[in-house]
Amino acid sequence: MIEAVGLTKRYGAKTAVHNLSFQVRPGTVTGFLGPNGSGKSTTMRMILGLDNPTSGHVTIGGHPYRKLPNAPRQVGALLDAKAVHGGRSARSHLLCLAQLSGIPERRVDEVLGVVGLQDVARKRSKGFSLGMGQRLGIAAALLGDPQVLLFDEPVNGLDPEGILWVRNLMKSLAAEGRTVFVSSHLMSEMALTAEHLIVIGRGQLLADMSVRDFIAANSADFARARTPDAEQREKLTAALTEAGGQVLPEPDGALRVTGLPLPRISDLAHEADVRLWELSPHQASLEEAYMRMTQAAVDYRSTTDQREGLMQPLPPGVQPPMPVPGQGQPGWYAPPPPQQGGQPFAMPQPMPQATGPYGAPAAPSPGNPYAAPAPAEPATPAPAPAPAPADLTKPEDAR
Amino acid sequence: MSTPQPSAPQPPAPQHAPQPPAPQHAPQQPAPHWQPAPGPSSYTSPIPVVRTHLGHAIASEWTKIRSVRSTMWTLGVFLLLVVGIGFLVALQTTDLDYRDTPYTIPALFGLILGQICLITLGVLVVSSEYGTGMIRTTFTASPQRHRVLAAKLIIFFAVAFVVSALAIGVVGLFSAGLHSGAGGAPWGGTVVIGALYVSLLGVLALAVGSMLRHSAGAITTMLGVVLVPAILPAFLLISESLRPVAEKVLEYNAINSLAAVFDVGGDGGGRQLAVLAVITAAAIAGAFALLDRRDV
Repeated sequence: MIEAVGLTKRYGAKTAVHNLSFQVRPGTVTGFLGPNGSGKSTTMRMILGLDNPTSGHVTIGGHPYRKLPNAPRQVGALLDAKAVHGGRSARSHLLCLAQLSGIPERRVDEVLGVVGLQDVARKRSKGFSLGMGQRLGIAAALLGDPQVLLFDEPVNGLDPEGILWVRNLMKSLAAEGRTVFVSSHLMSEMALTAEHLIVIGRGQLLADMSVRDFIAANSADFARARTPDAEQREKLTAALTEAGGQVLPEPDGALRVTGLPLPRISDLAHEADVRLWELSPHQASLEEAYMRMTQAAVDYRSTTDQREGLMQPLPPGVQPPMPVPGQGQPGWYAPPPPQQGGQPFAMPQPMPQATGPYGAPAAPSPGNPYAAPAPAEPATPAPAPAPAPADLTKPEDAR
Repeated sequence: MSTPQPSAPQPPAPQHAPQPPAPQHAPQQPAPHWQPAPGPSSYTSPIPVVRTHLGHAIASEWTKIRSVRSTMWTLGVFLLLVVGIGFLVALQTTDLDYRDTPYTIPALFGLILGQICLITLGVLVVSSEYGTGMIRTTFTASPQRHRVLAAKLIIFFAVAFVVSALAIGVVGLFSAGLHSGAGGAPWGGTVVIGALYVSLLGVLALAVGSMLRHSAGAITTMLGVVLVPAILPAFLLISESLRPVAEKVLEYNAINSLAAVFDVGGDGGGRQLAVLAVITAAAIAGAFALLDRRDV
């Protein structure tokens, strides 16, 4: 059980963490989310007594970390995979930590086996890859077989096998009744691993709730409806709008409907004499929910690389390259504001003819509601509904 | 519940080879049937929890100092300088030179250079942890920071003292064997005081390294501490009013202090050693005072 009360940390004029209060309970994996520079690592360091809070306090099992008699036996932490002396072998590194808290030497070889580093145990950690360093850090955290575990970005640099392993590790640790507190930027990973979320932005608490509640509270679920042609689509749009729903066109010619339940959409379509080729529910992913929530609290935002004045003039007749969707466009994720996106993403050809009536929905498959669309989205050209309907209807009219 | 219950599931892999199976093997070492006892709200490790004390920190620091190459390099160069230069000097001297000086005097010239190695090692023992970030891991593993620093001081001092006493002793034995005819002054004390002086200089470097937390900065500072008082008197002596200061600096600077230890026109270096001990104690006090207050 980790308990923070009014935790505040100032570095000169900058407040890294402001009046943060939360509890991390045993038996579940608690995710710790926040944009870069939002104070996650500072909070973790304060939990571990490395940084002294400017005000407030944080306790583990009722005691401040620095008052714990044998801290590594109660709390294990991976803060930074590179926080090792590169000249020391993996085994010596773990051995000196084990000796510091009276852990038998046998345990060192044990955790080396657990993280799969036994073959390089006597190699200097300077030559380790990021993933190997990460494994060494996890080994150090597990060394004391502690009740409370903190991991800062544990899957950084791990291979897919390692990511799967860490995910199962977190879950099994929590299932044993331990307190597991994990920060990560990989929303898909968090959605699969964590049950509870603590979200901070600019050093302040934004949310402290279960993953399910978080997604429900921070994203609007929507329905996709597809009609055979543009005429029926306009009819349906009118009917739905009249009934109080919000209707946005999707780039592939379908409609994104919010504010109306599925049966009602079906009824309205029936009343309007519109045939539906698709009517599917879509649940937003954790990533979308997260983006929506933290948008205002992002400190470091990327912009498009202008390369102004550095561009070679294009030879006549050559199209400028299509920008990669999502790059340098704040807010291309969750709430697709109608003015966003722009023409380049409008799909000139409607899907239905090529791929059949159910072809290529832009949204992630509804099979797993938490499956993040992260890897899929860049491939499908951004859910940018911006293009004017006219632009979309044109090709269909031609048909 | 700090000890495992007698009926506890087998403590992980007690006898057989310490090569646990594949990494896929989940990390929890107690079998699932350990679960029911503590319930879902807490977890108790089967590994007995011991109360930690300074001894644990000393064992840990001993592992640390042994397992990095900088220790071997700095101590190796130190031995090479003291013993190598010592032997060369011993070969150049005659029996007559040792009538009223100790047999260890050839070690002096090597020590003047070699003390820089001990200073470097002293600084590195602590500042390399700050440089690599290891200090965060260390202080997470032992939030009792003073214990870590105390263990570092003890281990470093012991290593530096043993190595420098060994080096001085070897040089002393060599020149005593070579020039046995002289009879000579007793030289056992010079081994101890000489080793003590350079080891304390290293400890001072460690304390400075702990305060500055930066290898290059701390080594530079320590070089200044050793070299500036050796050079400064030449300038101070120009002014008549600064003459007493200059004479004190001349008497107590690290190089002349070492010379005094080896009986080159002094009283055995006792006063110089006391001055260094006071400075070192002050630096250690400063290091401890800063240690608990600062963020790492």
